[in-house]
Formats: sequence, C-alpha cells, structure tokens
Amino acid sequence: MRKNLNTKLAVIVVTVLVCIYGIVGLPKSKDELVKNVAQNLRLGLDLKGGSHLILQVQVQDAAKAEADGTIERLKEELKKAAIDFAAIDRNDPATVEDTDKIQIDVKGIPAVKTSEFRSLVADRVPAWVLTPVNASEYRMTMRPSEMLSLKQNTVKTSIETIDNRINGLGLTEPVVRQHGRADAEFEIEVQLPGVDDPARVKSIMQTAAVLELYDVKGGPFPSQEQALSQHGGVLPFNTKMVRSVRTENAESWYLLSRIPVITGRDLRGARPGQDEFRKWQVGFTLTQEAAGRFGRFTEPNIGNRLAIVLDNQVKLAPTIQAKLTDEARITNLSNEQEASDLALVLRAGALPAGLVPRAESSVGPSLGADSIHQGIVSGLVGLTAVVLVMLVYYRKSGINAVLALVLNTIILIAALSYFQATLTLPGIAGIILTIGMAVDSNVLIFERIREELRTGKTIVAAVDAGFAKAWWTIVDTHVTTIVSCAFLFLFGSGPVKGFAVTLVIGLVANVFTAVFVSKVIFDFELSGKRQPVALSI
Amino acid sequence: MELFKNTNFDFLGKKWPFIIASLALTVVGIGSLAVKGGPKYGIDFRGGAVMYVKFAGKPPVDQIRRSLGEVSVQEMTTENEVMIGTELKDEKTLDAERRQMADKLAATFGQPSSGKLDFNNSSVQALTDRLREPLQKAGAQLTDQQLKELGGAVLDFRNTPPRSGLLSSFDQLSGVPGVTPVVLNILKQECYLSSFVIRQVEVVGPKVGGDLRRQAVLVTLAALGGMLIYIAFRFEWIYGVAAVIAVFHDTVITIGVFSVLDKEISLNVVAALLTLVGYSMNDTIVIFDRIRENVKLSRRETLETLINKSINQTLSRTVMTSGLTFLTVLALFLYGGPVLHTFSLALVVGILIGTYSSVFVASPIVVFWHNYTESKRRTAGAVPAKQAARRG
Repeated sequence: MRKNLNTKLAVIVVTVLVCIYGIVGLPKSKDELVKNVAQNLRLGLDLKGGSHLILQVQVQDAAKAEADGTIERLKEELKKAAIDFAAIDRNDPATVEDTDKIQIDVKGIPAVKTSEFRSLVADRVPAWVLTPVNASEYRMTMRPSEMLSLKQNTVKTSIETIDNRINGLGLTEPVVRQHGRADAEFEIEVQLPGVDDPARVKSIMQTAAVLELYDVKGGPFPSQEQALSQHGGVLPFNTKMVRSVRTENAESWYLLSRIPVITGRDLRGARPGQDEFRKWQVGFTLTQEAAGRFGRFTEPNIGNRLAIVLDNQVKLAPTIQAKLTDEARITNLSNEQEASDLALVLRAGALPAGLVPRAESSVGPSLGADSIHQGIVSGLVGLTAVVLVMLVYYRKSGINAVLALVLNTIILIAALSYFQATLTLPGIAGIILTIGMAVDSNVLIFERIREELRTGKTIVAAVDAGFAKAWWTIVDTHVTTIVSCAFLFLFGSGPVKGFAVTLVIGLVANVFTAVFVSKVIFDFELSGKRQPVALSI
Repeated sequence: MELFKNTNFDFLGKKWPFIIASLALTVVGIGSLAVKGGPKYGIDFRGGAVMYVKFAGKPPVDQIRRSLGEVSVQEMTTENEVMIGTELKDEKTLDAERRQMADKLAATFGQPSSGKLDFNNSSVQALTDRLREPLQKAGAQLTDQQLKELGGAVLDFRNTPPRSGLLSSFDQLSGVPGVTPVVLNILKQECYLSSFVIRQVEVVGPKVGGDLRRQAVLVTLAALGGMLIYIAFRFEWIYGVAAVIAVFHDTVITIGVFSVLDKEISLNVVAALLTLVGYSMNDTIVIFDRIRENVKLSRRETLETLINKSINQTLSRTVMTSGLTFLTVLALFLYGGPVLHTFSLALVVGILIGTYSSVFVASPIVVFWHNYTESKRRTAGAVPAKQAARRG
C-alpha cells in the first residue's frame, strides 16, 4: 500500500511541476517571472484593453468591379470581331445580399450576328451566362460557381490585406480571421489587444488604398457641368471625371484619361519622409516593368500634368518636369502620422472591396488596468473567505480541500496557458463555477465521511466509504455540466465558447484534485499511524 | 464544527408557502418584463453605440445632455462614470455618430481650440509625435526608442489606479522614470488635461445584435436539452424534467430581477446565467442522487419521506457549498468593479434562487408526478377487467 501511495504521490508532484512550469516558465529573476506570467496568462480584450471589430466585406463591390472588367473586355472583343452594339451596362447591386443579382445588359446586337455573338461570349467571357431578352438584347449573369469563388477570394484577399496593414503597425498578437459562415456573411473579425488609438487603426483598415496615376486631360473645373460644357456637353471619348480632395468648400473636378498609367499593383515599396520644405510626403518606387511604362509615358508628356488619384479622389496633379521612371511621391501631407499611415496602406496593397464595421468594442487602457486590479483583489478576497471557512468548519481536513482547490486553480491556469487560450470575463465565470463545484466536491466527500463515522465505522473504512459514495454524485454533476458545455461549445460564439472551454478544463482538473489528490492526502496521513483513533474533520 | 447534524426538517410538508413565493416571484418578474416590453438588452444585443466616460469630478450630466443632443445619459454606480448611448441605427451612421460624440465631448470638456494635445485621451503614438520636435529643440537628445519608452511609461502611469486614466496635474508625473524637469515643462507646454476620459466604446450594428440574441437563447435551450437527456438517462425522465424546470425557474426569476432593477442583459450576463444554470443543476443533482440512493436502500417508505430524508442528509452540504460560492460571488460583486458588476449581480441573485429551487421546486415536482402516477395506477387497478380486456 505504501509503495502504491508513493507512485500516486509522484504523479501528483510531476503534475504540479509541469503546471507551474507552464505558468511561470524557468525564471531567473523576479522581473522575468512577472514577464513570463504576463506572457503565459493571456488576458482577453475585455480585461486587458484593446479593440474588437467585426467588419463586413462589401462583396458586391468586387462583383461590380468584375462586371466592369468584363464589359471592357467584351467591348474590345466585339470591336475586334466587328459586331456592332448599342450599349453594354451593368446594374448596381447596393447590398451584400444583392451581390448575386449582378447582371450585364447588352443592347443592340444585330440579328444577323446572333450566333457569332453567342459563341464570342461563350469563348471570351466564360464566367458569365448569356440569356436573350429579345432579338437584339441580352442579359449576362455570373455562373454560381464563379460567383462563389469570387466572393471567397474577395474575403480572403481582404483578410490578407488587413493582416498586412496591421502587421505594419507593430501591434502584439493581433488576430484577423473569418467570422461567421464563409458563404453568407462575409465577415472579418479583428482583435487588436492593447490598441490605445482604435480610431486611427480603423481608418487604416478601412482605407481602400486604390492608387492610380492618370494623364490629366483638363481641369480643375469648379463643377461637372462646367467641365462638360467645354466639351460640347458630352464626356470626351476615353476620359472620366474625378473629384479632387484639396478644397475647402468649393468642389473641383478633373478630366482624366480613362485608363490609368500606373496602379497600386505596380508599386514595389512606399515610405514616409519629409521634402525639402520639411513637409511630409510618401515616396514610392515602381516595379521594373512599370518603371519602363512610366518612362515611356512621362518622356513625351513633359509639361503636361499627371493626376495622383487615391480612392477615387485626385490627391494632387503636378506638372511633369522631367522623364520619370521608377520613383514618384505624394507630397503636401498634413503630418507624420498621415504620411506613415498612407505609406503603410500603399505597401500592404489595396482592398478588393469596401469594409463596413458591423460591431466594435474598444476597452481603453485605463479601464483594462482597473479591471485587472479589481479582478485580483476580488479573487483574493473570495478565495481567502473560502479557505477560512473550510479550515474552521472541517479543521485539518480543510487543508485537504484548500490544497485541492489551489491545485485545481493552478492546473486550470496552466492548461489555459498550454492551450494558448485567452482569459476573458466569461472565462472568469467559468472559473467561478469551477471553484464552486470544486468546493462542492470536497464538501460532498467530507460530509459523507462524517456520516459514515457517525454510523460507527473505523476511520479508514469511513474515509474509503465516503469517497466511494460521493464518487457517483460527483460524476453525475460533472458529466451533466460537461454535456451542457459541449452544446455551448458547438453552438455558441466567442465569449460563450470561452466559458465552456474554461469550465470543462476546470471540471476535469477537479475530478483529479478533489477525488484523487484529496484521497491520496488522506491515505498518506492515515497510513502513517497503525491504528488512527481520530480524524480531524 | 458541524451545524446541521441529523436534522429532520419537514421540507416537503412546508412546500406550499415556498411554491407560492416562487410563483409570485415568477409572476412579478414576468409582469415587470411585460410592462417594460421585454428584458432591457445591453448594447451587444440591442445594437447602438455606447460610450463610457469617466470624469474627474461629479459628471456634469445636464451639460453632457445639452452639448450632445439626442443621447441617453445614465450615471453609473461606479464613481464619476457615465454611460452615453445613442439608439439603434444602421452601421454607417452609428460609426459616424460615435465619432461625433467624441468630438463634442472634447469640445465641451476639453480645450481643442488651444491647439494642444489632450493628454488624458492621448495614445502613445500621438504623444510621442507631439513631443519629438519640442524635445529636440529643448536639447533633450532622445532616440526614437527612448521617446517611445518615455511615452509608454508616462501613459502607463496615467492608466494605473488610482489615476485610472485621469491625471489632474502634470506634476504627478514627476516620479515617473525618464520624466526630467525639461520633459515636464514640454509636456505642460504641449498638452492640456481635460476633465474626462473615454473608457470604453461599443458599437453594435442591428444585425449582429439580433444574431447574438437569437444565438444566446438557442444555445441555452440546447444546453438545457442536453442536460435533460443525460439526467433522464441516469435517473428517470421525470427527474430530468424537474431539474430543467427548476433551472428554468431560476433563470426566469433572475431575468425578472434584472428587469425590476432596470439592469441590462448583456452578453456577460448571459455568461453569468449559464453559470447559474450549471450551479443550480449541480445542486439539484446532488439531492436527486441522494434520493436515488435512499430509494434503493428502503422501498418501504413513501417517496415523500425519502425525499425529505435526502434533503436533510444533504442539507449541511447544500448550505456549505452555497454559502461558499455565495461568498466568492459576493466578493466579485463588491470588489470586482464596473465590468463585473452586472455579471456578479446575476450570480448573487442566481445562487440564492438556485439553491432554494433544488429543494422547493425540483423535489416537489418529482413527488407530484410520483403521486399522480401512483393514483392513476390505483384507479387502473380498480378496473382490472377493462385492462385485461385491452391486453387481450
């Protein structure tokens, strides 16, 4: 029996050591100890401070862009094939739910060219399905499989882009991931622990960062009408009208060539800096291929203007002074932060679709600090009260319970640390229920032992019977709770899941500490005496 | 020490006053819910924008209302904090409105026109950007890394209690490592101290709110269903039903208490309700377990006597466990701060009711059912011919 007990004792000691290692590591100094604990005990955003965001990817933007590209391609192909057409347009789905309704209307195809047109569409734009409306009109809709992969890719690229941008900010352990169902919700969850300026981070994430450089055909004009009147009321061929940003109250519009010379995809890098007048700017470099194209464009256009368009707004339109190849810059930015943020989003790339915030929760750093402080104080007060009552009520056996309780808490925290789980407020709820049930298990056993003693059993027999009889009650209470946790985990969202995980870990640990460890301590104590006469319980 | 040794209270004999009390509480709770049009949902379920703002002194509630316009302003139980909220709108407006709220607060209680930086609402980045040039001019040679560390240390000091985000004078910073008289002067010259700090911001779009609400209800029901099946499997199905009814009773009363006290049901309160479900269930199972054991031991006595005996045998345990859990939760309620306040309130109420319902709700249901089937069997026994005929 003694030998058996030693093995059990060894199991307990090893468990304790592994758990303590999981929490504190191998610290060499007090500072390191504090650092390790802070690192291993991951506190959730609600306790530590930081921002939690849910963003919806406006996948209809990507569908529209795809339709626009298709229209361009189709027009070119039709011209090449010498098929006349009156107009090709797309509709304008406004919400995510309407994305599937995207369609392209083709009008005025001569009846004689019908079969030629059909085979051209099938051949050149296979992602779209053509249905005739009448003899000369057609409607094109996107194939469901293509639509699905477009949506998925849009969400995936958005996640990657946001990830890149946030990584550029140097935050610790940000999380960017898909939220909810992949095929219907298109939501991204972003967690930014310790962020103290959520507004700025949000604007960095939401900037589309579509950079385009255009040839300026005219402007600035105070209004669109005025610009048009100079060209006989119609937009000249292959041009478009873009609004400028740098005006206070008055509007200002530029007439630009329709196709950009350079786009954000041609960038190799971007960095903030200051110009000769100490004004903030972003300088960017182009890829080799783009540099050649840029050179070929700027050389004959010296003296003309070049518009730098960011997110569909003309940022500035400087005159081309000399042949430019692989470098350009956006000057006149208001401060360092604007420059470094712009450089960051340009480096990380453009978003494929707009982002709309669906939910945000930001906990300021001072509230986080308060919560941790109050959490520790209330936890200690509660635990002390429990320990005192247990020791008074169950005397020396109370030590068993306290040891089991402390060990339970250590195992729970260590498991959270090993699983790299974060401790949130609902997690604390799980811990409280764990402590409640741990106390309960001990109380159940002790009360049973007292009852058995009252029936006149010997101490060793009473202890054994107490444990044996309480065992099935403990199993029932624990399994019931674990069953409910399984449902919470399966169907619950973030916080509810956190509660379930913490609780299950705590309950498993509790079966080990309250039953196994506590019994070993009793056995150890009783095995020392040949004929134990009294049990302090 | 032992408080309840061989007690023999007639719990089931005195069940009626308690059942009536239970029904009354439930009715009051449901009544309050009906009058107020359902539970008062927190921002996470309802959708909307909420901002928690802490002030240096007593919050100037009227002034906030005047300057912010159409918002609800509510004083918190914690000192000098207010909750400013706007109602449900679509996502884009909510976001814009929340920014407006922050701007108006700054305009009313800060000095944005002075051109200085609001130190109490500043981020590390903004602070270091602001201090870099003046420090260089003043001849303090700091590397970017040192500057960042300085900014971090100063703001950490601001954030930790007892300051808790609000500095009342820059001179408080003089003890912070790295803050030399030069740095302190530049801080005074470049920054001002406003009398408020935005502690928490929550913006929830209407769709997310609705989804969460549905999910919370669904998940709770699924968990209850799972428990019912397990208990039915381990005991008899009526035990499962009784336990679930008892737990449901606790949840309804707790939500009712929240409604009466005008407290909000947030996602955290749902976590607390789940805790209470687990706790109350645990309590009920312990008693049921004892009943099962006693039924096996003595088949002679009536179920009512056996249940009474079981409750008495587990009484000491019930009081100990409930008392201790109650102590933990009470500590949380008293010292846990605003974040844990409603959460622990739900548990304080829930543990009291959860303990009581195991004895006075779950156990009587089992007795009622047992007596009902018993009397049915007896009447069935009175007409054996009919039964025999049916069997044939």
